[in-house]
Amino acid sequence: MKKWMQFLVLITSITSASVLLASGGEGGGSQMPPVTNAKWKAECGSCHMLYHPGLLPERSWNKMMAGLDKHFGENASLDAATRDEITRFLALNSADKQDNRRSSRINQSIPASATPLRISETRYFISKHDEVSASTFKRKSIGSAANCVACHKGAEKGDFSESQVKIPR
Amino acid sequence: MRNSIILAALLFSINAFATTPQVLLKQYEVQAKQENPAFTGFSAERGAIFFRAERTHSDGKKVSCSTCHTSDPRNQGKTRANKVIEPLAPSVNPQRLTDAAKVEKWFGRNCRDVLERACTAQEKGDYIQYLVNLK
Repeated sequence: MKKWMQFLVLITSITSASVLLASGGEGGGSQMPPVTNAKWKAECGSCHMLYHPGLLPERSWNKMMAGLDKHFGENASLDAATRDEITRFLALNSADKQDNRRSSRINQSIPASATPLRISETRYFISKHDEVSASTFKRKSIGSAANCVACHKGAEKGDFSESQVKIPR
Repeated sequence: MRNSIILAALLFSINAFATTPQVLLKQYEVQAKQENPAFTGFSAERGAIFFRAERTHSDGKKVSCSTCHTSDPRNQGKTRANKVIEPLAPSVNPQRLTDAAKVEKWFGRNCRDVLERACTAQEKGDYIQYLVNLK
């Protein structure tokens, strides 16, 4: 191979590698990819913020959707067709089906024997928020640890990057 | 041709559950007469009392419709998970009471949350009458 050709190959591979790294490639990035489903948006977003499916493993979503009549103390029942469509959407994009870094870490922090319904009970969440005090979570502007969007503006799109965090007064 | 098919499909899908508060009241009136042969009509006053009536839930907390919707249905409310609820009164939120399936879904959930039972057609009609009368 001629010298200039070798050089060209080298430059091309460096460029494509860095592009892949920056974009996270096809999945495999650090943030959860934005996903959407009209029924999920309408039904799961009328009482609380939209929780990205990549925040919990499939078994958690299945358990959640099977108990909507007692959903954290409230009746959130859906008709069977809507419930099944949303369950499929959640399962397909759940933490154990995603290859982004955050979902994998959440998933790895949950023991195989556990099926948590609260993201805030996972070891990953607890270790990531150990510097946030209980009284901060209780602030009027936040409410509770369940209100991700209070501090993570891009939460509903799956963006929990630390650089975007802004804790309200 | 293709456009008119799309338009027809669109109109049909919009119309599937589209309704008005007056049509809803008529439908609940039919049900209320079936539930109670002595039915004499809906009352906005009863609806207003129902809206604010506080009861103790079996979990020990005091609840009413106004817990989340505030004491005035013309105001924005807030869910327990901190999400804004748009006003219930059609005078300030014309979208309200225009989708029968949505109305039934929320009566279905919220009656069980507040009263721990389903609402009667009489209660639903009184409630809607109250909301409609608010100017």
